[in-house]
Amino acid sequence: MSAAIKWFWFASPQTFFPLAGTLARACWIGAALLAAAGLYVGFFVAPTDAQQGEAYRIIFIHVPAAWMSMFLYVVMAFWAAIGLAFNTRLSSMMASAVAPTGALFTFIALWTGALWGRPTWGAYWVWDARLTSELILLFLYLGFMALQAAIDDPRRADRAGALLAIVGVVNVPIIYYSVTWWNTLHQGASVSLTRAPSMASTMLTGMLLMALAFWLYSIAASLARVRCIILERA
Amino acid sequence: MTWGGWSEFWAMGGYGFYVWGSYAVTGAGIALEIHFLRRRAREAKA
Amino acid sequence: MIAAARCIVTRDLLLALRRPSDVGTALLFFVIVASLFPLGIGAEPDLLRAVAPGVIWVAALLSSMLSLARLFAADHADGTLEQMLLGAAPLGVVAAAKVLAHWLISGLPLVAIAPLIALQYDLPASLYGTLAVSLLLGTPVLSLIGAIGAALTLGLRGGGVLLSLLVLPLYVPVLIMGAGSVDMAAAGLSPQGQLQLLAALLVVAAAFAPWAIAAALRISTE
Repeated sequence: MSAAIKWFWFASPQTFFPLAGTLARACWIGAALLAAAGLYVGFFVAPTDAQQGEAYRIIFIHVPAAWMSMFLYVVMAFWAAIGLAFNTRLSSMMASAVAPTGALFTFIALWTGALWGRPTWGAYWVWDARLTSELILLFLYLGFMALQAAIDDPRRADRAGALLAIVGVVNVPIIYYSVTWWNTLHQGASVSLTRAPSMASTMLTGMLLMALAFWLYSIAASLARVRCIILERA
Repeated sequence: MTWGGWSEFWAMGGYGFYVWGSYAVTGAGIALEIHFLRRRAREAKA
Repeated sequence: MIAAARCIVTRDLLLALRRPSDVGTALLFFVIVASLFPLGIGAEPDLLRAVAPGVIWVAALLSSMLSLARLFAADHADGTLEQMLLGAAPLGVVAAAKVLAHWLISGLPLVAIAPLIALQYDLPASLYGTLAVSLLLGTPVLSLIGAIGAALTLGLRGGGVLLSLLVLPLYVPVLIMGAGSVDMAAAGLSPQGQLQLLAALLVVAAAFAPWAIAAALRISTE
């Protein structure tokens, strides 16, 4: 047989365990370095905003956290679906491992959004579509974690959580398009793949660096958690 | 950004509470997550 | 297949008729919750008129959710559910039939009672039609989505509250569009947009939820 890719070589928890450890270590370091770079750019390179003053510097945490909160939910649903379809235990473990980190970033996005909203919009909380959808996303994460916690049998917990995650993932596009669907207070998406971003390039750089830092952090935390789950279920 | 000294850095143009409140909670959240992960790993290996 | 569905709907309706208190309790809950709001926020007519669509919708949502726990529990307890799983009829059809019966018992009566609540809130009579249509389109979606949660939490401890936590976030788009349609009509604008989106939700839910419910039932009972 020619170069056949062993697709399922790392699908076994035993073989994945050491790989996860190595990857996690590399990602912790990468995340720390990128965060340092991002924070440096965010505080010492990016200029003061004309309208919002220094308050806008919350953006370097708020937007990356919001991006991660939505991205991680899709990742969680993806692994849950793979686990449900192929009946691979490790995929379901990965979904369970991603959930708490996703919930944390959702909470951070909501908290920093509130603290950013107070000086700029005048209120800690407004019921516009995007903030409300982010709150619902937090409930979806917590519901997933609560359902898995309430089921004793690990396989039933995996499958039930997977179904819930797949049903919930319909919510993620609604969040993304909510700014278009409803005319609301929240700032329109200023970073888009097709349009030029409407902010200074140094601000964008800082934001992207922090986003990458959060991404590597999420990978590291999820891999560390999945190692715990593997040990607990062994 | 022009460096105006530490006191100006902490003040953040009057928005210090909001900016540092955000960063502090984020840092605390991440620290807590890492703490709980390490505790879980320790108990799993035991 | 149609025969199986008809059989299940008839059976559930008969069972509900023999225990009218179950149906009546959910309906009474709907009325009581709607009556609590003025006691809490004050009886000023303009305020009540403004919050009426939202309050009625939230009360309908909560009432529909309360009766979900019973959807599969009784059958699960006496073994009928296992027979349905092993039976010849596709589980998706069985699930759809049970949800239809559930809606007929707990959703449709809400649509009938809602005008009375609207009267309590002094909602203009011109809005009754929009309110009724929005509930008519929305309550089946609530039953369909809620049944997924009911199937997932079958037999779990803390079941009822856990079911609420799982299902309420998924209810939010329905609530937004249902109450929003009446609000639009109240403002003199056309509610067509929201109502059509509700109808779209209903079509999608009716198409996909039965299979999700069937999958959830299999997951919960093996």
